[in-house]
Amino acid sequence: MSNGYHIVVCGSVVPDPLQTLEPIETPAGPALKNEMLLPAVLDPWAAHALYEAANLAAHAAGSKVWLVSLGAKAKLRQVMMTIAQKVSFELVPIDGPASGFADAHATAALLAEAIQSITGLDRSRLLLFGGWESASRGAGVTMQLIGERLGILDQFQGVDQLRVQPDGAFEILERIEGGRHQVSLCQGPPALFGWATGNLPEPRNNPQIGMANMRAIMPALQRAKTAAPAPDAIRYRSASPPKQQRQTRIVKNLSAEEIAREIVAWIEKA
Amino acid sequence: MSTATRHKLEMLRTLPSDAARQIQWSFADRYDLQMLVQSVRAVARGPVARLVAQGGRNTHEWTPGKAEMLEAFDHSGITAVFMDLEQGGFIAGPRNLALALVAFELAWVDGGAATASLAGCLALAPIHERGTPEQQDRYMKLAAPPQPGEDRKPWRGAFCLTEPIPYVGVDTGMLDGKIRIVEWKPGEEPILQVEKRGRFITNIGFANFVTAAVDSGDDRIKGSCMVILEEGDPGIFDRGTATKKMVHQLSSTGDPIFNLRVPASRIVGGYDIKNGVLVPRYSHSEVIEAVFRRTRVTVGVMTAAKLLSAVEPVIRYQRGRFRGAATATPGSVRYEMGLQAREDALHRLVDVWATGEASASLAFAAARAFDELDPLEREADRIIAERGVSGTRAKAKFLRQVSDEAASLLRLMPGDQRKEKLQSDTLMRFVTLDSLADILCPAAKLWNTGWGAQMMREAVSLMGGYGITEDCPGFLGNKWMDAQLEATYEGPEAVQRRQLSVTMTNPVFLAQFRNWIREMRGIASERPGTGACTLATAMTMWLWTLERLQHSTDSDGGKLYQSARQGVTFPLADALCWLLAARCQVLDVLELDRRGAQDSSVAEGLSGLVNFLSDLCHVQTARAGGEAARICAELVFGYNRHPAWDEEGYRGCYQQDELDALEGFVPGIAACATDVIAGDGSHPSKAGPCAKCNGAEQFLTLHSKLATCLTGSRLAKDRAAEAVSKLMIPEVLDYPA
Repeated sequence: MSNGYHIVVCGSVVPDPLQTLEPIETPAGPALKNEMLLPAVLDPWAAHALYEAANLAAHAAGSKVWLVSLGAKAKLRQVMMTIAQKVSFELVPIDGPASGFADAHATAALLAEAIQSITGLDRSRLLLFGGWESASRGAGVTMQLIGERLGILDQFQGVDQLRVQPDGAFEILERIEGGRHQVSLCQGPPALFGWATGNLPEPRNNPQIGMANMRAIMPALQRAKTAAPAPDAIRYRSASPPKQQRQTRIVKNLSAEEIAREIVAWIEKA
Repeated sequence: MSTATRHKLEMLRTLPSDAARQIQWSFADRYDLQMLVQSVRAVARGPVARLVAQGGRNTHEWTPGKAEMLEAFDHSGITAVFMDLEQGGFIAGPRNLALALVAFELAWVDGGAATASLAGCLALAPIHERGTPEQQDRYMKLAAPPQPGEDRKPWRGAFCLTEPIPYVGVDTGMLDGKIRIVEWKPGEEPILQVEKRGRFITNIGFANFVTAAVDSGDDRIKGSCMVILEEGDPGIFDRGTATKKMVHQLSSTGDPIFNLRVPASRIVGGYDIKNGVLVPRYSHSEVIEAVFRRTRVTVGVMTAAKLLSAVEPVIRYQRGRFRGAATATPGSVRYEMGLQAREDALHRLVDVWATGEASASLAFAAARAFDELDPLEREADRIIAERGVSGTRAKAKFLRQVSDEAASLLRLMPGDQRKEKLQSDTLMRFVTLDSLADILCPAAKLWNTGWGAQMMREAVSLMGGYGITEDCPGFLGNKWMDAQLEATYEGPEAVQRRQLSVTMTNPVFLAQFRNWIREMRGIASERPGTGACTLATAMTMWLWTLERLQHSTDSDGGKLYQSARQGVTFPLADALCWLLAARCQVLDVLELDRRGAQDSSVAEGLSGLVNFLSDLCHVQTARAGGEAARICAELVFGYNRHPAWDEEGYRGCYQQDELDALEGFVPGIAACATDVIAGDGSHPSKAGPCAKCNGAEQFLTLHSKLATCLTGSRLAKDRAAEAVSKLMIPEVLDYPA
C-alpha cells in the first residue's frame, strides 16, 4: 500500500498486576483500594496491539500510529514514560475514568468521539487496533462498540496474526477453541482488530524514540479533554476479587517433568 | 502537623510512588529523567536481577552473562547517559542527577551492576572534563552505543589510578606508573613509553581503552598526567588476573599490566613544549579532582538505594513470618501481622527506612547541586579569563576575594537588598554553590556509605537467618556486603573526612550554615512534626563546637582544630554529615507537601504520605541530633584533663571542717557539696573531683536544650511504626530473588 495505514490503537492503563488489588465500595461505586496510588501499566492486551501496530507501520511506508487512551491524566503520563520509549506513536489522551468498573458503552462512545476528532486521519486507510480483552475491563465488547460507532464492519477478535498479502488484502488468524486459529481474508482497511497476544516480543526501551515521542506527548497530555463519567450509566450490586489462593513453594532440584507431574496431580486432586 | 495534635491524621497507604519520588527529588518536570528511570529499572529488575538470581555473582571471572548485561545497558540508553547529544546521548545539559538516578535504579537490585555502568563513565570522565576536543570527539563517539543502522560494538573504558601495589586505593599523592619519551623526531610528536600496573581496576576484563594516571620518569616530561591507552597499542596490554573480591561481582575487576608506546597526543588535555620539556596541561590530580568530585555522589546514591529497596521485602517477610505454622491460623494476629505485632521489629524497620530517606535526599541534593554548578563553573572560568586572571594561584586569590564578599553578604539579615548580588552575580553564585558542592559530595559519599553499611546490616538482621542466604528476597545479604565496598572505593572514608575537615571551615559555607539554622527554625514554626527544631538546635551546637575547637587547645596546650588532629576534625565532619542528611530529608518532604497536590496520582494519598515522611524526618533528626550531641560533647570536654585527687584537685573541693563551719551560716550546704575532703585526707571513692565546665556553659545549655528538643520524637516513631504495619504492599517483589 503506497500511502500506508492510519492505525489507531485503543488502550488504557491498568494497575500493575503485581500490586494488591482489593475491590472497595466508594460513594461513586465500586473501585480498587488505593488505585490512584498504585503504579500502572499499559493494559497488556492493548500493549500487544500497539506493538503489532508499530510493526505493521514500520513495514508500510507512509503509515502512522495513534494511541487513543482514556484514563487519569497523571496515570497516563506515568505510563508514557515507559511505553513512549518502545515504539513511535502519537498520543490522543482523554482524561477520565479508566477503572475496571467503567461502563464499556460510555467508554466506547468517548473513544469513538476522540478518534473522529483526530486531525488528518484518513478513514479509508483506518485500521482500528485494540485488545481483545482487558486486564481491568473484561466486558469484551468495547472494541466492537467503537467499531460500530465508526461504521467499521470488518471486525476480527482474538487476533494473533495479521499478514498483508501482495494484493493489499489481509490474512488474519483469529483464536478459536482448542488452541486453533480461524483464517480469514479481508480486502483491506477500514477494519477492526481486537488483538490477543500476537507474536511480537515487547520492544526494548529506546530512549531516542522516547525523546522523540515525548515532544508531542507532553503537550497532548496538557491539552487532554476531561471526560466526565456518564451518571448512573451502570450500577454494580457487588464486587469481589477472583477466588484464588496463592501457594508458593520454592523448589530448586526438581526437573521440569517432575514439576509438571506434580501440577497435574494437584489439578486432578482439586 | 504538630506532634501533639496529629493523633488521628491520615496514615500512609502504599509505598511512595514514582510520582511522589519525582517531586521529592526534584525531577517531576524532567520527562527525560523519568523515562530514564523506567528504562534503567527495566534492565535492573529484568536481566540484572535474573543474572544475580541465577548465581551470576558466584564467579570472579567475566562471563557471557555479565557481558549481556552491558549490552542491555547499551540498548536501554544507560551507556548513552554520559554522552552529549552530538556524541550519541539523549539528555541535554548536565547529567549528574541523571547518573545518580541510573546508579539508584541499578543498585536497587545490584551494586556491581551499578558499578559496571558507572566505571565506564569514570573512564570517560577525565576525557569529558579535561580532554582536548579531538580526544572528546574520538572516545565519546567510540563509546556511544551504535545508532540504528550502525554495525559496531561500543568501546568500553577503564579508569586506572592506583597507588603503589600491592595495596588498593586512590591516594592521589602516591602515584605509581611512569612515562618516558622514547622517540622525539624534530618537528614531530613525541612518542611515549607508558609503564603502569593497576590493581582493583573496574571494567578491565573487557576494556578497549584505559585512562591511566602516570608520573614522569623522564627529565623531558614535567610532572604527572593522565594518558589514554588503547588495547591495540604496541606493547603489553595485559588485563591481569581477576580480583577475588567478595562484593560487586557483576563488575569486572582485575590487576592489569601495561607497557605501551603511545603518541603524546594521548595525554589527557594535551601538552605544551616549554624549553624542550613536555608539559602536560593538567596534572593527574587536577584531572582527578574534577572527576571524583562528581562521581563520588553516585556511590552515595547506591547505598541509599539499597536501604530503601530493603523496606518492601522486610515488610513482606515480617507479615508472613508465622504463616504455615499450626498455631497461626488465618484471622489470628500471628497470621495477619506476623512479626509486625512486635514493636521492636517495626521500630528497627523505621530506623532503616528513615536512614534510607535521609541518605537519598542528601545524595540527590548533591547531584542537583552539581547540575547547577557545571554551567556556572564554565561561566565563572570564562569571566575570570576575561578579567585577565590566569594561573592556579592567581585564580585562587581572585576567588578568595569573591568568597570573602559572598560570605559577608550571606551574613546579612534576610531581606537586605544587598543580598540580591548573591543571585545576580555569576561569580557570587559560583563561589556560594561551589562551597556547598565541596561539602555535599564528600558528605554523601561518607555518610551514606558508612552509616548506610551499618544500617544495611540492620536490614539484614530484620530478615533473621533468611537474610544471609542466597534466597533472601531483595538480595539483602549481597547488598550489605556491597555497601562495605561502596564505603571504600572512589576514596575511602578517611579521604572524605579529610576533605570535609577543610571545606567545612570555608566561611562561605559556614555563612550558609548559619542561615540554615534560621531556616530550620522557620520550618519548625510551621511544621513542628518534622523535627526541624531539634535539627536547628543540633546545628547550633555543632557550629558552637567548631568555633570553640578552632580556638582551643588541649590540656597540654596542643591546638585542637588542625590538619593533623584527625581525632578532632574527623568526628566533627561525621557530625556534620548527620545534620546535612537530616536537613535534606526535611526539605524534600516539604517539597512533596508543597507540590504534591498538583499531581492527581499523588494528591489522593498525599497527607498520609507527608505525615509518615514527616515522622521519619522526626525520627532521623532526633537520631542526628543525638549523634551530633555525643560527638560534640566528647570533643568539647574530652581534651580537658580530668581533675585528680592531688593538690590542684583539692583546691576545687570543700574540706569537711570548712563545710561544717559553713553549715552554721548556710544550713543544708553540706548536702549540696559532692567533693568533700575529710579531716584525715580521705576523699570520695571516684576518679577525682568532678570536672568543671568553665567556658562551656553555653554548650551545656545547648546540650540540655537539645535533650528536651527530642520531645515527641518517640511518639513520631510509634506513629511511623503503626503506619508501616498497615500500609499496603504489592503481592510480590517485582524482581526475582
